[in-house]
Parts: sequence; structure tokens; C-alpha cells
Amino acid sequence: MTHWIILPVVLPAFLAPFIVLAARFHINIQRTISVAGGLAMVAIGAALSWQAADGTVTLYQLGDWAAPFGIVLVADRLSALMVLLTAVLALFVMLYAIGSGWDNRARHFHALFQFQIMGIMGAFLTGDLFNLFVFFEVLLIASYGLMIHTGGTRRLRAGVQYVLFNLLGSTLFLFALGSIYAETGTLNMADLAQRVQLIDPSATVGIRVAAMLLLLVFAIKAALVPLHFWLPSSYAEAPGPVAALFAIMTKVGAYAIIRVYTLVFPPELAVTSGLHEAWLLPAALISLAIGMVGVLAARQLDRLVAFSVIGSMGMVMISIALFTPEALAAALYYIIHSTLAAGALFLIADLVRSGRRNLDLVAQPPVAGAALTAGLFFAAAIAMAGLPPLSGFLGKLLILDAAFDSAHMRWIWAVVLGSSLIAVVGFSRAGSVVFWKAQSLRPDPDAAPDTPAPPRPAVLSYVAVGGLIALLVAHTVLAGPATRFTAAIAGQLFAPDAYLSTVLETPGKLSDYEAGADDYGSGTHGADAATDEEGH
Amino acid sequence: MEFLVASAIGVLTATGLYLVLRLRSFPVIMGISLLTYAVNVFLFASGRLTVGAPPILGDATSYTDPLPQALVLTAIVISFGMTAVVVMIALGAYLGADDDHVNDPPPPPDGTTPAEDAQ
Repeated sequence: MTHWIILPVVLPAFLAPFIVLAARFHINIQRTISVAGGLAMVAIGAALSWQAADGTVTLYQLGDWAAPFGIVLVADRLSALMVLLTAVLALFVMLYAIGSGWDNRARHFHALFQFQIMGIMGAFLTGDLFNLFVFFEVLLIASYGLMIHTGGTRRLRAGVQYVLFNLLGSTLFLFALGSIYAETGTLNMADLAQRVQLIDPSATVGIRVAAMLLLLVFAIKAALVPLHFWLPSSYAEAPGPVAALFAIMTKVGAYAIIRVYTLVFPPELAVTSGLHEAWLLPAALISLAIGMVGVLAARQLDRLVAFSVIGSMGMVMISIALFTPEALAAALYYIIHSTLAAGALFLIADLVRSGRRNLDLVAQPPVAGAALTAGLFFAAAIAMAGLPPLSGFLGKLLILDAAFDSAHMRWIWAVVLGSSLIAVVGFSRAGSVVFWKAQSLRPDPDAAPDTPAPPRPAVLSYVAVGGLIALLVAHTVLAGPATRFTAAIAGQLFAPDAYLSTVLETPGKLSDYEAGADDYGSGTHGADAATDEEGH
Repeated sequence: MEFLVASAIGVLTATGLYLVLRLRSFPVIMGISLLTYAVNVFLFASGRLTVGAPPILGDATSYTDPLPQALVLTAIVISFGMTAVVVMIALGAYLGADDDHVNDPPPPPDGTTPAEDAQ
């Protein structure tokens, strides 16, 4: 059995306490450990993707317990890709945090960062729904600490909202898990996929409620309208590098929806047919529209970027909601793109903030290093708004193409194209006010000369932002191989037999027990599901 | 017993939801706590209610499902920790702003960032 697959969880879990305990007062040692860990994670992510590229599903049984009884980690193409994406984003965000000095403004940035990585990686790799909940909590509790890093009243206040909203989401998640367990007697995703098939078609109330509750939870994480209210304030008030790392957190929700609603509740499943399809697409369309209108209406640059994240999640969800292999491949291409673009934009907003007092969209004297920052903003905004030549345009094209045969094609095309126009106007307004009009303002000679000019941002900050932009360019240039890979992922998701057989048929402790457990599982639970539901 | 457990979950959830919809942080945190109690009982009940049976498989004719008990234990630990975190953050926000509303403060009329704590 290969132990590689658990490394993305175990490595940060070791690094974080080591940073707290051994390197507490030595910021340089912390930075070295963090960057080394980040590089190692990229290498592991690349290795896992390489291993999964040919379609092998790698299984890791914790404690060698066989699948439905023990916890398993599973790396298929989708998980491996998400792990690699997280590792790459985290590395660049880490470099930016070091370059801008954010990590030294308060304690424990690096330790919390590692714990956050651990939670995200675990959520991508786990093959068990309850374990998914646990990793969600790990990544959330680390994110609470990162979100209020360096404190400040406004940040704490936004932090309270963020924590409360996510606590409610966690409670809903537990309700959903309890309902699923009561209906099926298992929480292992592969086992669940098989048992859901066996549910009596006349007693589907419980499992339908559970499927909707679960969708609600993941929609909160993915910030789908009307569950997006936590996002703008918390992302805008969070420190720049933290907001950039949070760009992957909404994708955790999208990943969970893709995983659960292709594996456990696939679209052709009769028990839950017509449930999430009815809700997901309208919510996604409204998210895209609201997000891009928010881009136009925002009065601060960081809120503008936060709303563009909501819009891009709407775009991803439109594509996911179609539930066809082509649409899913397009969604995955767009997920990679929007994670990198949103990360870059949050970092650029922080670059701008470091030279100005605030991020209000009003003309202020130009900041140090404005030309380079403006150029980077220009590139990232083009990517986010989906203009050619960068990958946002290609992703959008793929989504439109995948929606061509859909019954709702008119709606999808109208909203996608209309919102793109609004986003272009919003981004160009912001860019021209912040960077262009600033050139027409002469510095006020009477302005207090004792306030020192803010220093130029460090070179490392530009390296980090430039690296993300370069990745966007690479994502565009290598769109052919990238789309082939995402199409392979979608193919694997819609043919889950390899996943199921790997998880359920790999021998381990207790694996001979499965044959005798049938009377305990779906049979009894399915039969009394109807009577139980009246009790709830 | 089923009625008792079900109504306990229902009352806890309803009270929790009402409190969560309040505007100040203390009732909201109380509401979250009540909701987590409700969900803990709910999880416990998801393995079917059994009285006086061992939580093991063996030669016993009846047994109680041990897995929900493990799940509840995890959920209790997590919700306990999370509640502590949110109390600390809410306290920090209250002491900083002298105001414990959980909604966004109203922006100045021109929509700019308040100067005193722009950072």
C-alpha cells in the first residue's frame, strides 16, 4: 500500500505544531519551514496527479480497516488535481505573505496556514462523509484564526459573522449526516452510493431531505446566492494573503457538490431525481448575475474582488448544474482558472492597499510601483472578466459550448454573456479610477510632509503575483492538455465503477465481514424508514 | 421515548433558530449552542433508540449502534471548541467597537471606508 496519499494531510499536521513549539520566536525559521513544506506539497500534488492521470484510483485505509468500517482516503483524478491546485496556490500565497510581511504582523500565521492546508487537503482526499465534516471543521477553525490575523475592530466584526455563518453551516451538515446515516446505515461515500440504489422507491422522503440538506451545506461553502452573504465582508476584511488562500475554500464546496452528486446521488438516480437539478441551475444563474452586478456596484477594490469570486462561483455552478461530462470538464477547467485569478486579484488589492490608506474606488495620488501593479491588475482583471486572450475566456467558451444542448440554453447564454459585459465595465471602472486617474492628481505640496511615503512592495510580492499570472497564461497556452485532463476527470466521475470497486473490494481488517452485514444495512433501515420519518 | 426525543430535538432546534435570527451576538451564540445540542441528540437518535443493549456485535441478540455515539462525541468536541472560539472573537469585536451587533455597521454616506480603522 502506498503511503504517499496521506502525506498532504500528515505533513502540514506535523509542520504546524513544530512551528508553534520549536520556532515560535524565529520568524525566519518559520518562513523556511513553511516554504519548504509548500514546495514539498507541490511535489506531492504533482506526483499524485501523475499517478492518477492514467485513471488509477489509489486507496489508503487508515489502520488497515476495510472500507465501510474504517476511514479511507481516496485519490482519483479529481482529488489529485484539487490537491495540486491547492498546493500551488498556497505556495504563491505563502511567498506573498513573506514578501509583504503580513506573516510577521501578528503571531502564528504560519502555523495556522499549515493547519488550513491540512484541512483543505483532507477534504479533497477523504472518502467518507463524516470525515469530510471533520476536515471542513479543521480548515474552518484555522481559517477563523487567519481571518482575524492582526485583529482590528472591523476585521473582528466581519470575523464574527464569518464564524457564526459557518457554525450554522456545520450544524446543518451534521443534521444532513444524521439523516443519511439513519436512512442508509453508512457514511462511506462508495458504500453509500451502492446502498442508496437499494432504497425502496416508495420511502424516499428521508433520503431526499438528506440530499437537499447536504446540497444546502455545500452551497453555503460555495457561496451560492442566497447563501453568499458571509462572503463579501469576510473576504474583504481578511488580510490580503488570507483572502487569496480563501479563493480555494469556495472551491471546496464546489468539489464536494461534484463528488457527492456524481458518486452518491448521480443525476440518473431515481430516488433523488429532479431535486438538485431544479435548484442548482437557477441559484447559479442568480449568483453569476448578483456577483457581477456587485463588481459594478462595489465601492472598495477588495469588495469588488469578493463579488467577482461570487460571480465566478456562479459560473462554475452553472456548468456543474448541467451534469453532463462536457459541462463538468468545462467547470473543472474554470475552477482552476478562477482559483488562480481570484488569488492573484486579492494579492493585487493588497499591493494597492499597501501604498494607499484604503481601497476606496476614488482617485488618490499614485502609489509607489504603480505601473507594475497596474499592469498586473490589468492582466488579472482580463482573466477574471473572461476576455480574450486569457483562460477566463476559454473557460467561458467551454461552458457556453457545453450548455448549447441544454433545455435552458437561452437563459444560460443570456446571463453568462450579459454578466461578462457588466464585469468588464466594473473592472475597467475600478482599474481606471485606481491607477489611471491617479496619474492626473499631483501630490498635494501642503500635505503633511512628515508622513513618510509608503515603501515599495517587496520584490517577492511581485514574484508571487507574477507567478499566479504566469500560471494563468500557462493555463491558456496549455489549454489543450488541460481540457483533455479535465475531460478525463469528468469521464472518471461519470463511470464510478473503478472508484467503487477500489474502495469496497480492497481487502483489509474486517473485510470478510461485509457478506454477513447485509441484513444489518439497507434491508432493515430501508424498511422502517417510512415509519421513522413521521417521528421527525 | 421516541416522542420525547423527537420533541426535544424539535424544541431545541426551534428555540435555537429563533435566537440565531437575533441581531446581537450573545443571543446568536446561545442559539448556536442550542442548535448544536439539538444536532447532537439528533445524531444519537440516528442509530435508532435502544434501551439496555450493549454497543457491540457479538452473540447478543440485540445491540445498539455504536457508530452514532462516536459521531456525537466528535461533534460535541468540535462544537465545544467552535463555541469557545466564537465567544472570544465576539468579545474582541464587542470590546473594540463597544457594540455587539452582528450585522455590518452602516457605511458613511459616501460609501468610503471609515478613516479611523482603515488598515
